Amino acid sequence: MKARAMPDLIRLSGRTASPGFAAGPIHIVGEARTSYRPLGSAEAEEAALRQAVAAAAEATADSMRGLDEEAASIIEFQLAMLEDDTFVDASLARIQSGVTAFNAWAKVLDLEVEDYRASDDPYFQARSADLADIRDRVLDILTGAVQQPVPPGAIQVATDMSPSHFLAQDWDKGGGLALRAGSVSSHVSMLARSRGIPALVGIGFGAVPDLAAALLDAESGVLLIHPDEISRTQFDETRGASRAAATAAGRDVDRPASTADGEAVAVMVNIAQPGDVGRIPIGHCDGVGLMRTEFLFGGTHGLPDEATQLDAYLKVLVWAAGKPVTIRSIDAGGDKPVEGLTIAEDNPFLGMRGIRLSLAKPEIFRVQIRALLRAAPRGALKVMLPMVSVPGEIDSALALFAEEAEGLAGRGIAHAMPEIGIMVEVPSVAVTPERFFRAAFLSIGSNDLTQYVLAASRDNAALGALSSAADPAVLRLIGTVAAHGAAAGIEVSLCGDAASDPKLVPLLLAAGLRRLSVAPAQLAAVKAAVRAWSRTSAVVTEGES
Amino acid sequence: MTGFATAEVIISNDVGLHARPSVKFTKLAKLYPCSVEIALSSEGPWLNAKSIVKVMGAKAPKGTRILLRASGDQSGEAVAALRALVERHFDEGQGDAGPDQA
Repeated sequence: MKARAMPDLIRLSGRTASPGFAAGPIHIVGEARTSYRPLGSAEAEEAALRQAVAAAAEATADSMRGLDEEAASIIEFQLAMLEDDTFVDASLARIQSGVTAFNAWAKVLDLEVEDYRASDDPYFQARSADLADIRDRVLDILTGAVQQPVPPGAIQVATDMSPSHFLAQDWDKGGGLALRAGSVSSHVSMLARSRGIPALVGIGFGAVPDLAAALLDAESGVLLIHPDEISRTQFDETRGASRAAATAAGRDVDRPASTADGEAVAVMVNIAQPGDVGRIPIGHCDGVGLMRTEFLFGGTHGLPDEATQLDAYLKVLVWAAGKPVTIRSIDAGGDKPVEGLTIAEDNPFLGMRGIRLSLAKPEIFRVQIRALLRAAPRGALKVMLPMVSVPGEIDSALALFAEEAEGLAGRGIAHAMPEIGIMVEVPSVAVTPERFFRAAFLSIGSNDLTQYVLAASRDNAALGALSSAADPAVLRLIGTVAAHGAAAGIEVSLCGDAASDPKLVPLLLAAGLRRLSVAPAQLAAVKAAVRAWSRTSAVVTEGES
Repeated sequence: MTGFATAEVIISNDVGLHARPSVKFTKLAKLYPCSVEIALSSEGPWLNAKSIVKVMGAKAPKGTRILLRASGDQSGEAVAALRALVERHFDEGQGDAGPDQA
């Protein structure tokens, strides 16, 4: 119909997973593996397999560069597996009997994955993820699934993306991410926020042409494909205004934040892995309000031993130079399954997750407790228990900490008891915080609190509209907890995504919070929002909402 | 010097012969020209100690007794070095007197 005309503008909207702007070509991330074409002879299949395994080993070795020591040691294990001829030899035997390289490798590795999965030992069970990763990498190369290079600065479109895929990309040249499904609280969204890479989730399954010019405005939640002059101009203006605001805010990022009427507000950072601290000057924040430990347990990493955990915790404590570091005990389950630890359930968000799982599997929790106790003398360590819903869970956890401390003392190993507090994310805690008096501090997890208060699963993109921490019911509960903390002299902070959103910061301050823990890339914007707020402006804000 | 050497050792680190320990174990075994094998019982099967797939495949948790045997040049040194690595908890820093070395 319009053969000569410019292609039509396509406008897709999604939810902001990480704010920012990107302009560049669309890159469709290889979605389904194409089918493998048999090469016709055993010799050709053998050569194809050897080449694919060598290429996978080379890519694995490349990905080790620039990783910190613990991440590199995990990749080193995968590399050693790829360089070992055992799997290749077993595959070649199958190829000789007439099977393709693809089917031979898939079968050999499937058997190995199953074998690890069937192990009684959780450490070995967790290795099945590594084997599956090795299997898929070679199969992808055999089918050419990963051969298209990503153009610099591209806006990558995929259904969803694994954290390891995200980390394997070179984001130094900019670019952005638009996921068709996905969730703002998924691990890849967290990583995008922490690295300051603009990202949208839930853009839907409309047609997106590969390599088309596109503009990603992850602040307004829009992806424009084939933009016309008008939309380009608008994009440039919005981006310019946002950058000017960010530059103005960035000038004061190294100073503590206080409200316009002079009340000090602690602005801390959330970190997902110890390597994150290398990108954050400690002078820009008031410590760590949330250090996740799932990275140690997740995916290809397997269940970490005490020394691995201790290394990770010490790295952050040393960087923090005496400022508080709040480490959350393993928060597996829900949307964060860990092989060898979590249990398959029909309704995981209401199931065995967080502290429930740790208390159900004390042999794994005790390893983490020992590492935390040993790290404690080296800084201002606080430990935070996730998903507490009744006071008895704190008592049980404190008993385990006491037992392990006694064990370390008996062996003459240096250790100290950290402050132990809890996350406030289950409504039972937010409604009656005074019952949880054994917690040394309270930290509100607004993402989970919101999903439990509004009964809207946070991993369901279709329920996005029901996932706002600005909901009056959620804000009321935050106010209840803040008021209890102020009356009882217990520190209350908020470490959910709401704290990282400058538009929500005024509401949180108005609810009484004075400690926020935010994505590192949002430090400047949050501090600017704090400085703009005062008790008098709060009245106006509340009147408007 | 050509020869034959055997030893046995108990895996005493918390996580057993899992990923990082296996990488260290096989890397060390590969430094020696002799053949080196491990087994979980004297009836075998004997597994190539230079193959991480085989060594990890043994899935030896904490408390497992493993048997080592080597034949060929430097077999004595190979067995002694591998036994010492296991006894040192694969240098994973576990059970030491404090976090200082971490």
